[in-house]
Amino acid sequence: MSNDLYNKTKYTLPDGQEVEIDPIREYFCEDRPEVVEPNRNIVERFFNWARAESLFILGFGTGCGAIEMRPLMTPRFDAYRFGIQWRPTPRQANLFIISGYLSVKTLKRVIRSYEQMQAPKFVIGLGSCTINGGMYWDSYNTINRLDHYLPVDVYVAGCMPRPEALLAGFEELKKRIKAGKGEGANIYARDFDWYKANQKQVITDWDMPDYNW
Amino acid sequence: MEKLLNQLKAHYPLTDVIEQRPDLAFITIPRDRALDLVDHLKRHHGFTHLVILTAVDWIEDGKFQLTYLLNNPATMDDVGVRVMIDREGASMESIHHLWITAATYQRELKEMFGIDFPGSPRVDTPFILEGWKDLPPYRRDFDTKAYSERTFFPRPGRTTSDPATHMREKMYPTKGGGDNV
Repeated sequence: MSNDLYNKTKYTLPDGQEVEIDPIREYFCEDRPEVVEPNRNIVERFFNWARAESLFILGFGTGCGAIEMRPLMTPRFDAYRFGIQWRPTPRQANLFIISGYLSVKTLKRVIRSYEQMQAPKFVIGLGSCTINGGMYWDSYNTINRLDHYLPVDVYVAGCMPRPEALLAGFEELKKRIKAGKGEGANIYARDFDWYKANQKQVITDWDMPDYNW
Repeated sequence: MEKLLNQLKAHYPLTDVIEQRPDLAFITIPRDRALDLVDHLKRHHGFTHLVILTAVDWIEDGKFQLTYLLNNPATMDDVGVRVMIDREGASMESIHHLWITAATYQRELKEMFGIDFPGSPRVDTPFILEGWKDLPPYRRDFDTKAYSERTFFPRPGRTTSDPATHMREKMYPTKGGGDNV
């Protein structure tokens, strides 16, 4: 922990009593994520239909691809008619679009945001950069394969893909969710150690809890 | 601009003067008089705007070239003051007392080139590369491709078509073995 914010600190209360606060324990949760076995009954299928028809996107543009999401909000493409909308906080979102190249500094914030989202949650990799690095494949500062750090449901290839391609990606994601394949959160929980090892190999100054909701 | 350069030549040991355009000139000066010249241009010749402070890695000469690009908003003239500093243990005096914005440039140069600016505010705080342990990445002896392949799990199957090879293959196709170009 390089950041003092996360170290144990002693505070003196107004009445003179000394307390020691360990922010990792006090403000965050130490528990690992758990796999929630999905039911295969008719109620779950109804839930999956409902989830697919109300995708709430986290408004976090990580790279240049975020510019392709703006036309989707406007009347020409109007993604809202498909039940897709953008939310300002991870707590209200269930779809994370990694829009384009992802630098190591942003990856750290992306992981935090992803872990704060409520399961079931889905990830779309937008643009070639999330698949194999794209034009930044030999850069010192951008990751190459997004699926080593987060479980990805759908990739939309292109540099940049048009908004139509993104809409097609949404349709593909809906099919997956309705078929019960949108299990990204469970995959993340199951392979948690592998994901964490990959993340920590890249993020050398890891100064946050391993899992934080 | 001509008049200004003649004035400067009379007072400063300029080693190289390039008039690129009527409103743009680059002057090279030894390191010990460089900040004196920058200060002089700001105070007496109206070059009040620091456009950019950047570096070039002349690895063959063992030097870094710093360029202080200054702008005179009244006459719309630009002057680039160039300084060559040693690559080994690269260090330069800070100019954050002249422009506070220079501190950001200097912080970036510290991170990307490893050029130290003692006394500059927050110069040791990571700017973009958090927790960087390798060579500063803008140095030319840093191999960015090798670093990426070592660190970022490259996806197998990527092929690269060198344009020259591609066109040669297309125009003079080889029939099994041997380069018959």
